[in-house]
Amino acid sequence: MQLKRLCTLGAAFLLLPVCATPALAAEEIVVNEDISVSGDYDWTRFANDNITLNVYNWGLYISDGSDDSVDVVSAFEELTGIKVNYTTFDSNESLYAKMKSGGASYDVIFPSDYMVGKLIEEGMLAPLDYDNIPNISAIGEEYLGWDFDPDNTYSVPYMWGTTGLIYNTTMVDEAPTSWSALWDVQYAGNVLMFNNSRDAYAIAAKRAGLSLNPSSVEEVDQVMQDLQDQKSIVQAYVMDEIFDKMEGGEAAMAPYYAGDALTMIEDNPDLAFVHPEEGVNFFVDSMCIPSTCKNKEAAEMFINYMCETSVGYANCDYIGYSTPITAVWEMLDDDLKYSPIAYPGEDVMSKAEVFVTLPDEINAEMDSQWSQMKSYDESGGSWMVVIFLLGAVALSGFNIWRKLRKKMRDNY
Amino acid sequence: MLRSKASRWVAAPYLVWMAIFIVVPLFIVIWYALTNADGAFTLQNLAEIGRYSSVFARSLLLAAEATIICLILAFPVGYFLSRLRANKQHIMLMLVMLPMWMNFLLRTYAWMTLLEKNGLINKLLGLIGLGPLNMINTSGAVVLGMVYNYLPYMILPLYTAMTKIDDSIIEAAQDLGCSTFQTLLRVLIPLSKPGIATGITMVFVPAVSTFIISRMLGGGSNLLIGDLIELQFLGNSYNLNLGSAMSLALMVIVLLCMSFTSSFDEEEMEGVM
Amino acid sequence: MKTQNKRLLQRAYIVLIFGFMYLPIAVLIAYSFNENKSRTVFSGFTLDWYRSLFHNEMILSALGLSLVLALVSSVLATVLGTLATIGIHSMSRRTQLIVNNISYVPVVNPEIITGVSLMLLFVLLQKAGIGGEGGIFGWFTLLIAHITFNVPYVIFNVGPKLRQLDSSLYNAALDLGCTPRQAFFKVIMPQLTPAILSAFLICLTYSIDDFMISYFNCGTMQTLPIAIYSMTRKKVSPEINALSAIIFLVILAIILISNHMDSRAYRRNQAAIRKGAAEV
Repeated sequence: MQLKRLCTLGAAFLLLPVCATPALAAEEIVVNEDISVSGDYDWTRFANDNITLNVYNWGLYISDGSDDSVDVVSAFEELTGIKVNYTTFDSNESLYAKMKSGGASYDVIFPSDYMVGKLIEEGMLAPLDYDNIPNISAIGEEYLGWDFDPDNTYSVPYMWGTTGLIYNTTMVDEAPTSWSALWDVQYAGNVLMFNNSRDAYAIAAKRAGLSLNPSSVEEVDQVMQDLQDQKSIVQAYVMDEIFDKMEGGEAAMAPYYAGDALTMIEDNPDLAFVHPEEGVNFFVDSMCIPSTCKNKEAAEMFINYMCETSVGYANCDYIGYSTPITAVWEMLDDDLKYSPIAYPGEDVMSKAEVFVTLPDEINAEMDSQWSQMKSYDESGGSWMVVIFLLGAVALSGFNIWRKLRKKMRDNY
Repeated sequence: MLRSKASRWVAAPYLVWMAIFIVVPLFIVIWYALTNADGAFTLQNLAEIGRYSSVFARSLLLAAEATIICLILAFPVGYFLSRLRANKQHIMLMLVMLPMWMNFLLRTYAWMTLLEKNGLINKLLGLIGLGPLNMINTSGAVVLGMVYNYLPYMILPLYTAMTKIDDSIIEAAQDLGCSTFQTLLRVLIPLSKPGIATGITMVFVPAVSTFIISRMLGGGSNLLIGDLIELQFLGNSYNLNLGSAMSLALMVIVLLCMSFTSSFDEEEMEGVM
Repeated sequence: MKTQNKRLLQRAYIVLIFGFMYLPIAVLIAYSFNENKSRTVFSGFTLDWYRSLFHNEMILSALGLSLVLALVSSVLATVLGTLATIGIHSMSRRTQLIVNNISYVPVVNPEIITGVSLMLLFVLLQKAGIGGEGGIFGWFTLLIAHITFNVPYVIFNVGPKLRQLDSSLYNAALDLGCTPRQAFFKVIMPQLTPAILSAFLICLTYSIDDFMISYFNCGTMQTLPIAIYSMTRKKVSPEINALSAIIFLVILAIILISNHMDSRAYRRNQAAIRKGAAEV
């Protein structure tokens, strides 16, 4: 439902003349030539408190100053006097594991929709104080109020996007239009696959015409079987390694996030992207504050900063994902602004589905099935273990016997 | 000497350290392995490992392959090095160790560049009209990565053991009519046994538990025990208890493997380390 | 004729093995000069990555952390380990065996288990409220983890040396009126110093290169290997290649210089011996 609303609103933007004038530019604080932030926010109140914020984000998910981009993190440090310790993760699940084990405490994290829901359920997020995040008003309304956090008590949208199929036009006979291409034997050894359970599951489920949110354990087992069958075709299970591999022509096709596809296509024009006809996953990556955060107000300041137009623009320009900030979208170059990859039309969005937080039981099944799928070996070979164990036991037995014998001999 | 009661106390800080940071963590692993998420006693985690026996089998097999290849490659190297002049030995040894000082992730990453479909090796083969070979993301690539990363661990103990073999012994064997092969079999190998034993453990143990090499060179489909454990602790399937049970199983495997080497005299082992 | 062939074969084999060992490093260094960021295409020569390396705060701070951590943990591990060795030496044979066997655990245990088990311990301590609000993970857990896996290497390096020492020297010192403390520092220590130094170097190497144990115990900190790991999962910036090229050259230089000094000392020694022999 909401997706529809989103599309119509998106369409409405196209029709409206650009009316948002940069209001009261005089009040803006200019940090550097690319970054300037609103002047009616007290950015410097923690300048002398010697605070360090631990920010945990996806890899390659911020404009970090490489490739002549804008370094938004260091601009934040310059602006506020707060130090940022910026580290990265590569999947929602590893973010969860790291937080759950207590192995680290972060101040700002960037989980996706269903993980936000899961973290809320387990009481791992702190409610946000929107007095410190006035820029929430910059976020387009259609990106707020999703099921995983209906009142946005805990999360502020950072980027959104869709999944799809990225392929190398020189390596496929005809452009794929369906997820089934990833199961096509003619591409055996030429297919890359998501290395995280939820995204991989979503593809197999969509291909089978099912929802990407399984409703029963049996459904999980059935879809995971498809993933297991796919194993002989898959060259490698990857996450961000995909950039190098697809750009270098190592594989013919791979499912990935639309925003990253744009980056890859820019680097290697042979690549192309399609939203498969069975439907795709629509996701919203959000900014949240863990309940263990020590400097919540400073963390909220960081989130507010990330919603500044100039910052949002820098990020959007660099990472290629779709922005929820209306003013940023308006600033984009036309080819990105109207790109069917980043901002797909009604035909794609009507078939897109959002991840919901799964019940524990189904989640556990998915996790364990995923481990098993990954460890499945066609050639079998489990008998090896038995032989090895027997051999080892025999050997250590022999050793003990030998030692005993030696001792006996020494005694006499 | 130095055997006064008082000097015993200087070990006290270490003994406390050892108790807290070596012994206690091991018991925690065992405890986690034998309980479920609610802290109740269970054997289910251990039973569940059975489902992953193919991973254990693959890890053992690949690590064993890598160890044997390392041994075969390193044996002549150790021998040749031990026969060099003293000052030459020194620098050659340093050159063996030098790659170990480079970050091992980066070295493995460099192998990706070499092995890929459009990688350097295939490009070279292409120049002479061969290939392309399919090398990356196979179990062969994983073994190669293991051999490459752990070869120095095999060379060093072999070399140390062989420096203790006097030239005259080998000459004597040859004078007494041994062929090269017989000298090798009857003299060299028996005398370098402690080195072989240490080398085998030092290669096999890290090889059987690695998760980086299989991820980078094996494409994530050649899952090893290390990957499986990492998956439970920091990855997709968050399950500390199952992960601990797997760690326990791995530990048992390693201990069994150590029983190979423990059959050699302890003093000898230490000298080689 | 035959021996010459044999020698040639030996040489060829050694060259082959060394080629195998240095091939990836050559690739690594070559790509630090690549204009293109890509791993597959070599588009042109540039030194830009060396320049930008010194502006990359992430890499530099990770390198800094790694160096400080390695240094501090190696020093502490060496002190702790040397004391332990001396203490263990004066224990009964049976206790020695037990302590040594336990000390072996971090050496023979797969790194992943050492890392994981320490992490579990720290998690428990954290649950018990140690470490305060911010959690226990960070600099101290890293330091403890590094010391823990380093100490055994010290014990197993210094231990055998201590056992080989001639105890009569120590007793002689005592007879000549040294207090046990003096005897220890003036007689025993100087003889142990080479072993202690080499143990320290081993600790340094292991600590700088350790990834797995740090990975589980680092909290939000990033040592160099962890930073590199997070890069190998996306794109490794050629700045890292540049850094490793520099490290490689520095170590190579150290090796060559020390070898040069060694062989000079060796020659001088030989000359002195010859001279002595001639005088006699």
